[in-house]
Amino acid sequence: MSAAPGTDRQGVLASYDYLDDTVDAIKELRAEGFEEITAFSPFPEHHIEEALGYGASPVRLFALVGGLTGAATGLAFTVYASLDWPLITGGKPVLSIPAYVIPTFEMTILFGAFFTVIGVLWHMRIPELKSTVVYDPELSAGRFGVYVTAPVDRLAQARQILEANEPALLEDDPDGRSHG
Amino acid sequence: MATASETEVGRGAQTHPDVTTYGEVNTDVLKILSPPGKWWWILFGLSVAGIGLLAFSWGNQIINGIGLTGLNTPVGWGAYITTFVFWVGIAHSGTLISAILYLFRARWRQSIYRAAEAMTVFAVMTAGLFPLIHVGRVWHAYWLFPYPNERMLWPNFRSPLVWDVFAVTTYFTVSSLFFLLGLIPDIAAARDQAKPGSIRQKIYKAISFGWRGTDRQWHHFGKAYLFMAALATPLVISVHSVVSWDFAMGIVPGWHATIFAPYFVAGAIFSGVAMVITLMVPIRKIFGLEKYLTVRHFDAMAKLILLTGLIVFYAYLVEFFMAWYSGEDPERRLFWNRLFGHYWWATWIMLICNGFIPILLWFRRVRHSIAALFVITIFINIGMWFERFVIIATSLATEFMPFAWNVYRPSVTEMGIMVGSFAWFSFWFLIFIRMLPPVAIAEIKEVLPPPMRGRPKRTKEVSS
Repeated sequence: MSAAPGTDRQGVLASYDYLDDTVDAIKELRAEGFEEITAFSPFPEHHIEEALGYGASPVRLFALVGGLTGAATGLAFTVYASLDWPLITGGKPVLSIPAYVIPTFEMTILFGAFFTVIGVLWHMRIPELKSTVVYDPELSAGRFGVYVTAPVDRLAQARQILEANEPALLEDDPDGRSHG
Repeated sequence: MATASETEVGRGAQTHPDVTTYGEVNTDVLKILSPPGKWWWILFGLSVAGIGLLAFSWGNQIINGIGLTGLNTPVGWGAYITTFVFWVGIAHSGTLISAILYLFRARWRQSIYRAAEAMTVFAVMTAGLFPLIHVGRVWHAYWLFPYPNERMLWPNFRSPLVWDVFAVTTYFTVSSLFFLLGLIPDIAAARDQAKPGSIRQKIYKAISFGWRGTDRQWHHFGKAYLFMAALATPLVISVHSVVSWDFAMGIVPGWHATIFAPYFVAGAIFSGVAMVITLMVPIRKIFGLEKYLTVRHFDAMAKLILLTGLIVFYAYLVEFFMAWYSGEDPERRLFWNRLFGHYWWATWIMLICNGFIPILLWFRRVRHSIAALFVITIFINIGMWFERFVIIATSLATEFMPFAWNVYRPSVTEMGIMVGSFAWFSFWFLIFIRMLPPVAIAEIKEVLPPPMRGRPKRTKEVSS
């Protein structure tokens, strides 16, 4: 849910012990027009996804295209190899398509899996090479985080909303570049 | 009388009643990664010694030739192929638990799936050694793969052995990817709790790829996980089907049966889940994971063993029935020989370990006794090795022509390599449980009730 933060933007990270506080903070921020929000959680939390409003993931396209590419590759390869080195058995046709279904199937899965992994790494924006400015190590243990960036003049309001929901930790980020 | 929450492991039931906070999961699981204790070193030492045995036996075979094995006409496939099929079978439960049970929303998989997946990867790594060992001239092993070469030859894609190369390599790659993808958030958790500046922390930092658990990351991660599960599910069924066709496509009596694919897949899951229990019982004990691996988890796995065990037993009976019903002389003679011929002991070990002993699992008291499950699953592991031995060796030993019959016995070299393969597997598994979180930290949190304040807020001072 991040927009490209401009240079005039600053951020603030709040980490919460309770899920309902986190969801409230996100909803209140969005109600006030703050849209540059990144939420952190130690596991996939669907209340947070709902509060941020998510649709389908484009990773599914990677899976589909990968699978189709694999199927085409597998079939083309087995057919090509058989025509290139024909093993004629009992005068029967050179191509044994039912037998080739098996390598083709395996290639479908192999390519589908590879494409899915590439797609998901791309969309998760990892490997992340730049070092993070604000982060709370507790976010992978038990806390939920809300990070918001805003123009400098509106930041105080965002900070107030975050603070009203009783965070365990509140950290300012003058760079405003810690969206994920 | 037991309450519903004590017996159900399905949707809606609390799977980990003794785990209260998210932070507790991190503490409990990550403490396994602290410096190892005495037992770990003893087991690790034994594994290294076993790998020494493997290296010696194999090295000796490479220098002196395949004649060191008991393989000869007519039994060209023996202990190596048996052990190969055994390890591929073991590998199946990992993907079953991580992918198929994920699609079925079986919530009890969360505690065991990481270790089961690791087991899959290492079991395929072990299985993968055996074709290399079995081919004899290992320096030509790359001939297995289709590659452009100066003789302009390609493999015969009608051959189930070539299908097997595709199936096993795809299985290894996909299950490794699945395993590593699932590990990313948990490595990040290990990174966040490691001592800042330590070597461990630096390694975890590098291999967690900078994961921060943002909404975007979890959103795509969840979807990718679903697709990977959907891809792995047909894959896992295909792999052991293809392994079974290595046999079923041949016209050897005892092999040429259409029941082989489902029979092998059920057998693979049967042996794999048994191996998961065999491994999880000591891990649970040594690392104090009783809160995460409860009796109900073992109960659910035991039921899975019971189900697949029944399919396997049914397949045994169908094989005997079909041999009689077919009226084929070699087929009838072979199955008679299995029960009462040279290899009667192997067949009876198979029938007792896989057919009769699992009947005990019908009793709730047995399913709820960890010690009993441990013993039963060891019997199943033994039985499943013998099942493959019976299928492979007895069929080849007594094919069509009685004058060509012969008896095969594994040699010392073959036994050394077989024992060594267990050491090779344990070596990787022991390293795994000390280096990477062996219980899925993030996924267990999904089934814990989330912390809710559930009361009106008051403003208070916070640190900034």
